[in-house]
Amino acid sequence: MSLKRGILWFILGFALILYALPVYVMIINGFKDASSVSLATMWQLPGRASLGGFTEAWAMLSPNLRNSLAMVIPAALLSSIIGALNGYVFSKWRFRGSEVLFALLLFGLFIPYQAILLPLVRFLQWINVYGTLPGLVLTHVVYGISVTTLIFRNFYVNIPGSIIEAATVDGAGMIETFWRVVLPLSLPAFAVTLIFQFTNIWNDFLFGITVVPNPKAQPVTIALNNLSGSFSVDWNVVMAGAVIAALPTALVYIGLGKFFVRGLVAGAIKA
Amino acid sequence: MVNPHWLARNKGLLILLPSLLLTAIFVYGFIGTSFFFSLTNWRTLAVDLSLRNPLWETYTDMLAMPRFQADLRNTLVFTVLFIGLAVGTGLGLAILLDRQIAGKGFFRSAFLFPYALSFIVTGVVWRWIFNPETGINLFFDILGINRVLESAGMSPLSPGWTTDPEVVLSVNQVLAHAWPGGATFQIEWGIPVALIPIAIAATWQLSGFVMAMYLGGLGGISKQVRDAARIDGAGEFRMYRSVIIPMLTPITISTAIILLHVSLKIFDLVFAMSGVGPGFATDVPAIFVFEMMFKAARYNLGAAASIVMLVASCLVIVPYLVHTFRSRET
Repeated sequence: MSLKRGILWFILGFALILYALPVYVMIINGFKDASSVSLATMWQLPGRASLGGFTEAWAMLSPNLRNSLAMVIPAALLSSIIGALNGYVFSKWRFRGSEVLFALLLFGLFIPYQAILLPLVRFLQWINVYGTLPGLVLTHVVYGISVTTLIFRNFYVNIPGSIIEAATVDGAGMIETFWRVVLPLSLPAFAVTLIFQFTNIWNDFLFGITVVPNPKAQPVTIALNNLSGSFSVDWNVVMAGAVIAALPTALVYIGLGKFFVRGLVAGAIKA
Repeated sequence: MVNPHWLARNKGLLILLPSLLLTAIFVYGFIGTSFFFSLTNWRTLAVDLSLRNPLWETYTDMLAMPRFQADLRNTLVFTVLFIGLAVGTGLGLAILLDRQIAGKGFFRSAFLFPYALSFIVTGVVWRWIFNPETGINLFFDILGINRVLESAGMSPLSPGWTTDPEVVLSVNQVLAHAWPGGATFQIEWGIPVALIPIAIAATWQLSGFVMAMYLGGLGGISKQVRDAARIDGAGEFRMYRSVIIPMLTPITISTAIILLHVSLKIFDLVFAMSGVGPGFATDVPAIFVFEMMFKAARYNLGAAASIVMLVASCLVIVPYLVHTFRSRET
């Protein structure tokens, strides 16, 4: 029995090392200085840890990090709020045809965004928000509605209808019931959608690169890709930049993994 | 004038209205517009919305392009490689963790971790891990494999990974025999070697997700089932192969469909790792669309390719949704 345990541990440990390799490469090379970083020694630990790569990467990426934050916070909040209201109606105030409307709304979850890209860009140009952060926020909110609505609807379905009825018998209207009764119960669902939207929008590349052509206004994922493609940037800076760009979602995952896992399935479809 | 009673009764609809309108424009309207663009003569910076004659010419032109043929081949090969690797790895990890073991939660979180990172972050790193001058190939020196090979008079091992233009196991001859049109392909139908590193990187990123799906399913299989299998004399291996894995079939199907959906529209990872690759060996439809729309100004061509992507996604997802919906009702 203990031999079997030993083998199991060995396999899991080996898998863990394989899984950690890319993260290892990112971190150790980020901590090398420009003189000691070389592709020939990419697997070796730095002789002396240096923050040079991080300082330089921070200087280059911090405006884009700010853009990412300014994009992701309003986009995640707005799409979650809209999703909560929609989910409430679709689960507790069904009407004739509401299931069909729900299905029509859900379709947005499955489309490859390439199929809307060109009209989207033209439309954003037409309403004068192309190339701007508000334009990007609008895009993320609109295409986030389907997933947040789905998560909230599935959450509200499990809230007993009697709670809603009790509130309406007391004379509370639809909105009042939502505000007073349903919303206070919704914190776990908000945690799921906020974390889900935060991760998804932070990690987005396609909308960032197509909706915002100006490098100064671009989110950090696009800036990192530009950094990596540039021959004049040292490799330790690129790796440090990768760590910096990954850190916000990594921290969210480490701190709030429980909620992250709950949004998993919906997330994979959208990824 | 709208009847106030109607409004009171349809407050729900009123709340949904903004979302419905936005979806009508941004999803359905834009898809329709993309489809319309794909039928027009708009193939330079100057907008030209006159319809092509014959109407479907952009599509036939596109299907005749060696590059687009390569994209279709690459999507097919990548999908098979990636789903095979990711489902196999994820199932393996889930089975390993399907028992009382110290550190289970830690392992589970560690294997799922890559899923929280962006494809760009990981693509930037994988690009160097699979660089022929460095990365994995250094291990062949470090581990002494190349020294052994050289002393045996063989050349050292140094695969070109994403820079390798080779297409192995070509089936063009077979296709030409099977079907008269098969001889007209301008590309090699086989496995582009350069796609293998990309499938490995994608597996690294998503196998933890597969594991989490399977662990969810394994948690739902009762102890009685396992005990019954053991009483019947099944060993650990037999029990999983003959009893548990068949019971997990619904999870295997949903997971494969989700992964299929990821692979049909894969963009960022390839973009960051290798771009179009040597001889379009790693080009995919999503990159084709991006370049036609935002670099080459061949708008109708980009729109046509995006519609092909949409149709492919729908062919995968619609039957699955209909099936899930029906089984939930009964």
